[in-house]
Amino acid sequence: MKKILASSIFGLSMALSSVVMAEPVKIGVITTLSGGGAGLGVDVRDAFVLAVKQSGNEDIELVIEDDAQKPELAVQLAEKMIQSDKVDLMTGIIWSNLAMAVVPSAVAQEVIYLSPNAGPSQLAGDKCSPNYFNVAYQNDNFHEAMGEYANQDYKKTFILAPNYPAGKDSLTGFKRYYKGELAGELYTQVGQTDYAAEIAQIRDSGADSVFFFLPGGMGISFMKQYAQSGVNIPVLGPGFSFSQDVLPAVGDAALGVKNSSSWSKDLDNEANKKFVEAFQAEYNRLPSLYAAQSWDTANLIVSALSKASVKDKDAFREALKAADFASVRGSFKFNNNNHPIQDIYVREVVKEGDVLTNKIIATAFEQHGDAYASECKM
Amino acid sequence: MSMSRETCINILLALLLLAVPVAAAELGEPFYVTLATRVAILALAAVGLNIALGLGGLVSFGHAAFFGIGGYVAGILASHAFEMSPLVFGIEGTTSMPVIWLTAIMIAGLVALPIGAISLRTTGVYFIMITLAFAQMIYYFAESWPTYGGADGLSIIMRNQFPGVNTARPLPYFLICYCLLIAGLGLYWLLQGSRFGLALQTARQNAIRLSSVGIAPFGIRLTAFVISAMVVGLAGALFADLNKFVSPSMLSWHMSGELIVLIILGGKGRLFGPVAGAAVYVLFEFALGGLTERWQFFLGLVLLGVVLFARGGLLGLLAGKARHD
Amino acid sequence: MSIALLIEQLLNGLQLGVMLFLMAAGLTLIFGVMGLINLAHGSLFMIGAFACAAVAAATGSFWLGLAASLVAAAAAGALIEVVIVRRLYARDHLDQVLATFALILILSEGTRWLFGSFPLYLDIPSLLQGAVPLPGVGQYQLYRLVIIAVGMIVAAGLYLLIARTRLGMRIRAGESDREMIAALGVDISTLYTVVFALGAALAGLAGALVGALQSVQVGMGEPVLILAFVVIVIGGIGSIKGALFGAILVGIVDTMGRFLLPKLLALVLPATQSGAIGGAIASMLIYILMALILAFRPRGLFAAQA
Repeated sequence: MKKILASSIFGLSMALSSVVMAEPVKIGVITTLSGGGAGLGVDVRDAFVLAVKQSGNEDIELVIEDDAQKPELAVQLAEKMIQSDKVDLMTGIIWSNLAMAVVPSAVAQEVIYLSPNAGPSQLAGDKCSPNYFNVAYQNDNFHEAMGEYANQDYKKTFILAPNYPAGKDSLTGFKRYYKGELAGELYTQVGQTDYAAEIAQIRDSGADSVFFFLPGGMGISFMKQYAQSGVNIPVLGPGFSFSQDVLPAVGDAALGVKNSSSWSKDLDNEANKKFVEAFQAEYNRLPSLYAAQSWDTANLIVSALSKASVKDKDAFREALKAADFASVRGSFKFNNNNHPIQDIYVREVVKEGDVLTNKIIATAFEQHGDAYASECKM
Repeated sequence: MSMSRETCINILLALLLLAVPVAAAELGEPFYVTLATRVAILALAAVGLNIALGLGGLVSFGHAAFFGIGGYVAGILASHAFEMSPLVFGIEGTTSMPVIWLTAIMIAGLVALPIGAISLRTTGVYFIMITLAFAQMIYYFAESWPTYGGADGLSIIMRNQFPGVNTARPLPYFLICYCLLIAGLGLYWLLQGSRFGLALQTARQNAIRLSSVGIAPFGIRLTAFVISAMVVGLAGALFADLNKFVSPSMLSWHMSGELIVLIILGGKGRLFGPVAGAAVYVLFEFALGGLTERWQFFLGLVLLGVVLFARGGLLGLLAGKARHD
Repeated sequence: MSIALLIEQLLNGLQLGVMLFLMAAGLTLIFGVMGLINLAHGSLFMIGAFACAAVAAATGSFWLGLAASLVAAAAAGALIEVVIVRRLYARDHLDQVLATFALILILSEGTRWLFGSFPLYLDIPSLLQGAVPLPGVGQYQLYRLVIIAVGMIVAAGLYLLIARTRLGMRIRAGESDREMIAALGVDISTLYTVVFALGAALAGLAGALVGALQSVQVGMGEPVLILAFVVIVIGGIGSIKGALFGAILVGIVDTMGRFLLPKLLALVLPATQSGAIGGAIASMLIYILMALILAFRPRGLFAAQA
């Protein structure tokens, strides 16, 4: 009872403070809402809209646009939002290459950008900016966690990723913490759909485990083919290929796979329970990692708005940096490069009734930052 | 001498494309200047492709290769200049637009020469597909070659410089692109009326007749293909500077398809077809994208409608049948 | 590297090739008979996969899904032919490219409209699950062997259809002289619809078979489409034999390139670089192959009569 009273008083004071500073805040959301990668963008948008609605902050106005996963289009939309809509904040981009196209130029124009997904290494290191906040992860993080976790049980891992920068970051991240020997290291084609040739090499390599980073449809294809190949070497991967948006499509082939993530549906904290419940009630499906990160991004913004005016950039940046919000990931704070310091968990894919989902089985890192923070002069 | 209806429409289009951004800049709406710049650059690329496609009847499904090469020339030279690291053989990078343009034009031409020489041995569907294959080769190369960002692309920190112009501001940059578009249109017009252009059009309509007067169609076509690639390369360099970013998506087969779409939308083989096509395409993309997330569905319907029911493209609808073709 | 691995990779290449053949056969047939470039052929592949996944999810039977994929793709093909494509036969290739490019946009977004933004689930039927021992190779995935078999049966079936049946006779006539068969009183528009639907059904079949191995998602047809074009251009457009030969060549070159190039480069470069550079060259390999073949044989390996 006391708790309820306290929270309602807190709510009242929040309401009062927002009355004091009532001013419209425009947030531009550029995300992928069409084409094959639209599932991720839809989750980011849905969680963001819901979080804003639940915050009760009626001053927030959203401008949502579809980038169709094309960098040039994303750049054009960013220009429109900055020059024409005159947004105060921007967020929403899913993919590293789109982020690299939009973020450097947006932050140079003094727009604050908050990343709900994707954390390319340059933006964490020498190209970091006080106007860029990554609320998700640095690209290497989940892979580092899997490297660390693999040390427990494995001595000879076969690793593979697509042949593009995020793929190389991934394997670099894995190797940074993995102490065993590599049974092989393969770079596959971006968008590849058939992995028979790679699976044959895995079988032949004498590996005791396989680590793969193949986001989106690539991971679905790999897992389905791997499960049928008769190769029984255990598989490890970052959480992207075992997130709620793709698990139903992978099916039972994913059962038992260990994967790393900063978030899981079963994380035991108030904010997370509320989030999972609210998301499910509103959209009638389980939220994914991307939804969780987007939800946190929205709540971070709401928390900063209650402390400072978005027009006062210095004060607002400081309010964001304080990260004074209830993250669904439990502990969350920003490093010197505005990237998260957070726990990274190892999850296992399980079945709850008929539904495939994840359950946390270990913590790979506590309070983990990233490898590029020292290169950031800010 | 009275002007034909098409000439009037062309002049109107040229003036409109100039007036709208100038007015937008006056009214403090810089985004519409950016949008108009995009139209001008894509129109220039399509004018370039139109030299091969409209005049020469060479349906290249791989011109994104030259568009992307131009873009990468701008990105690579600028990044070396910014980091003050020499390129190969001690050549320095540069942020000077004229130097970048010339380099982009030359390199696009140099790459187009062998591609054209091999591709022009084939005709019809084979030509369409072999140009696509070359573009795909370059696309995959750019995507997996790590030095200049691979699939993540390459940022241009500051827009490159043009002597005496503040290129960072939208309107001056638009004017640069606009002037180059007019120059590109001038080139197309000159080619169309020249002996070379006539030979090229004869090669398209009746290659045997051309051979019978002692001109080999191959050389004529190859020249047209290379010139066409050079113009598209220039447009690519401008596009990279507009976005301050270049990535393999400029090289993708979707981009090749879009360039073809611009020409047909506006009216194939017409001087201002690409301009009308680019304007309508960019506006549609922008307006539909703001209305619905299913904008690609409706864009498809519109394109289909144009192919099926408006055979001369938009200019065909407005200006009636072309004089020849 | 053992001999067994090498044989297994050749089999993998063969399987990829056979799958490409199912796509390429329809494409080359449609081009051969009607002279049409159909960029939307990849969308028919996608429709087959989505129909199979949706019906399999609703009924629990992959086999019903497979049947549905044939019906759905053939029906979509027939509809597209009657409503749109029919108007394009007399047009030049440029209009065909643009119209079918527009169809890709419409069908992709339309599919997402119907089925949502998330990939669908489609699994291999329980009868064909798992791996079987194969002499000289060890374990090999049963389903991939089945795909090879299906591809071979389709190839044989198409051969018989074209060489031995009345429909095949008309198709051959249509390939060599379009005016002539109209003059002979063959209902040409029905013939065209049937051929287009047949090509679409083959693409749908490929989509359903491959959908069980891959991710059933919007846009899945596009990479396959480009590969199928490479195949028919290498083989010679309009030639079923060429499509079969080209498909197997592309499948094997692509698979062996991905497998062997990084290994070759590893002899001279450190592992990370050889993997990345080998991968880069491997992804360009089939396009290099295609350019080489066309440079020496501008009408492909088995050019149909001009």
